[in-house]
Amino acid sequence: MKENHMFVPPVSRNIALIDVNNFYVSCERVFNPKLVGKPVVVLSNNDGCAVARSNEVKALGVGMGAPWFKFKDLAKQHGIIGLSSNYALYADMSNRVMSILREYSPDQEVYSIDESFLDLTGFQSRDLVQYGQDMRKRILKWTGLPVCVGIGSTKTLSKLANHCAKKRPVFNSVCNFNTMSPKDLEDLLGQVEVGEIWGVGRKLAPKLQALGFNTVLDLKRANPERLRQQFSVVMEKTIRELNGTVCIELEEISPAKKQIISSRSFGYPVRDYNSLAESITLYMSRAAEKLRKQQSFAGSVYVYIRTSPFKPDDPFYSNGLTIPLSSPTNDTMQLVNVVLWGLKQIYKPNYNYAKAGVMLGEIVQEEGVQTDLFSQIQTSPKSTALMTAMDNINLKMGKESIKLASEGFKRPWKMKQENKSPSYTTRWEDNPTIY
Amino acid sequence: MHSENSNINKIAPRKNRKGAGRRIGTGKFREPTTVVRVPASQTPVIKDFLAAYQRKKLVSNMDIVGEITLPALITLSVNLPLYSSKVSAGFPSPAEEHVEKRLDPSEFLIDQKDATFFVTIQGYSMMDVGLLPKDKAVVDRSKIASIGDIVLAVLDGEFTIKTLSRSKEGKVRLLPANSTGAYSPIEITEEMNFEIWGVVTGSFRRF
Repeated sequence: MKENHMFVPPVSRNIALIDVNNFYVSCERVFNPKLVGKPVVVLSNNDGCAVARSNEVKALGVGMGAPWFKFKDLAKQHGIIGLSSNYALYADMSNRVMSILREYSPDQEVYSIDESFLDLTGFQSRDLVQYGQDMRKRILKWTGLPVCVGIGSTKTLSKLANHCAKKRPVFNSVCNFNTMSPKDLEDLLGQVEVGEIWGVGRKLAPKLQALGFNTVLDLKRANPERLRQQFSVVMEKTIRELNGTVCIELEEISPAKKQIISSRSFGYPVRDYNSLAESITLYMSRAAEKLRKQQSFAGSVYVYIRTSPFKPDDPFYSNGLTIPLSSPTNDTMQLVNVVLWGLKQIYKPNYNYAKAGVMLGEIVQEEGVQTDLFSQIQTSPKSTALMTAMDNINLKMGKESIKLASEGFKRPWKMKQENKSPSYTTRWEDNPTIY
Repeated sequence: MHSENSNINKIAPRKNRKGAGRRIGTGKFREPTTVVRVPASQTPVIKDFLAAYQRKKLVSNMDIVGEITLPALITLSVNLPLYSSKVSAGFPSPAEEHVEKRLDPSEFLIDQKDATFFVTIQGYSMMDVGLLPKDKAVVDRSKIASIGDIVLAVLDGEFTIKTLSRSKEGKVRLLPANSTGAYSPIEITEEMNFEIWGVVTGSFRRF
C-alpha cells in the first residue's frame, strides 16, 4: 500500500565546525588578562614568524606567517606584544575544549589543535543555533576561550558557515546555513571570496578568479565535471560539497595536508590495553611513514579511542588527547613513545572499544626545517637508519616495538624555549601566582 | 594597627644570671623565643605570620585527642585500580569482588576537570580561611559565583583571590580574610575593569 501524498525529503546532514578564535593568543590572554585589548602576536619556534594574531594585529595589516623581523618597526610603533609559542599550554587548553565538545555529540573529529567537527545530524529536533550557542557559552565560561560555530550540510559548508560566524557580527558567533532560506544563503555566499573555501586557499584562488569564479556562489554554480578536468577530483568534490552532497566524511583525510590521520574501526570490540597499544603503534608507524614520504615533521600528536555509539546497551566512552612535541619530528620511535604515553592517559578498562586513531598535527616541511626556523630538530642519519629499521619491525611485529617503546618511556617533549609564558596548567611551579 | 602584636619587640633579653627573666616557654608562643632584627618594611608580614603561627599552635594545643580516624588508603599514582592482574578464564579470583578504585585526591578536589585550574597563593590576605603562601588553590570556572564564595577575580588586569560580598548599597565588594587588618576591602566601582575568573573550591599544600 503506497501513500503517494507523503513526501519524505532526504535527511540532510548537520555538520558543525567549532573553532577557537585566534587560539594561541586567546590562550595567552586567559592567564594574562593584561593582554586583553592589546595587539598580541604569537611567534613560531625561535620567534621566527607570526603564527597567531589578535584582531588588533590583524587590523594593523600583519599577515599570517609574517616574519617578526619584518614587522618589528610596526610592532614598536603600535606596541605589538610578541610572545613565543607555548605549545604545552595550547595543547592542554585544546584538550579541555575538545573534551567539552565531546559532550555535545558522540561523533567528533578533532581536525586540528583548535578546530573540531561534530556530526549533529542526530540532533535534528533541537534548535541547533541554540545548541551552538550553548557550546560557545560553556567553552567561554569553562576555559575563557572564545569560539565560533558553523553548521552546514557538508564539511565544506560548515567551514564556510564558521567563517561567516566569525566575520559577521549579525550571527553572534553561531551560523547555521541549514536554517537559512536558499535565497538568503545564496546572497551570503555571493559575498564570500572564493579563496575562503576549504581546500581552495591562496594557491588556487587566483586561477579560479581568472576563470571568473570570484565568489563562493560562482563556484557553487560551476559545472563540477568541467572543473574536474581543469583542476582535479578534489575540485569536483568541493563543488559537490558546496551544493550539499557529502563527499568528505568525518575523519577522512582532508585535501590540505595540515595533518595526517591514521585510524580504523575494529572488526570486533577490543577491551585490553595491550591490543589497543598494538593498534595505535601500527597506526602511528603508518602515519610516520606518510610523514617521511612527504618529507615533513610533526609538531603535535593526537590520539583517540572510543566505543561504538550505535550500541545503546554498551557503556559509551570516547576520549582523545593532544600532546605537543618539544621539536618537530618524524622519528617513528619518538612518535610511538609519545602516542603510547597519551593512550595511557585516556585508556579506561572494561569498555568495548570500537575505534582508535592517531593524528599528526602542526606539520612543517623539511625545507622549513633546514633553515634556521626549527633548529631544534634532531634527526641524524644514524637515527634515520634506525628509525627505518624500527619502522619495519613495527609493521611486522607490532608487539616487539611496544615493549621497546614502553621501556624507553620518557617525556621527550620538554619545552626548551625561554621567551614564552609559563606552562600555567601543566607544571606546578608555573601555576599563576595570586596575591 | 598591630598593637596587639607589638610586644614582639619588647621581649625581655635574657639576663646572664641563671633563672632570671621570663621562664622559658611561658610566653604566648609557649616555647623559647629570641630577638631578631627585621627590616621595618617587613614587620607587618612577620607579625601576620606570627599571628597565624600562634593561632595554629593554639588550635593544636586545644585539640584533645578523642577519636583517631585512620586515613583510608592513599595512592601515589592516581587513577590506578587497586587490583589489576591477569585472571585466567573460567577461574575467577576470589579477590575480584573486592576490587575498588583507590582513593584519588583529584577526585576529591575536582568536580569539573575541564574547567578546573590550579593557582599558587602569595601573601596573607586570605590567611583566615586557610589560604597561606605557596598553597595551591583549586579554581573551578564552571561554577557560578555567589555572595560569600571565595573567588579568583580579575581587577584591572590583575588577579586576586578574595571573598565575594556586597555592600549595603548593593555594590560588589571583595573582602580579604585577615583579622590583623593589614588588608582592606575593595569596593568595585564602575570605572574598574572587573571580572570573576572562577570560584575557589578548595586548596592543598605540602609540608
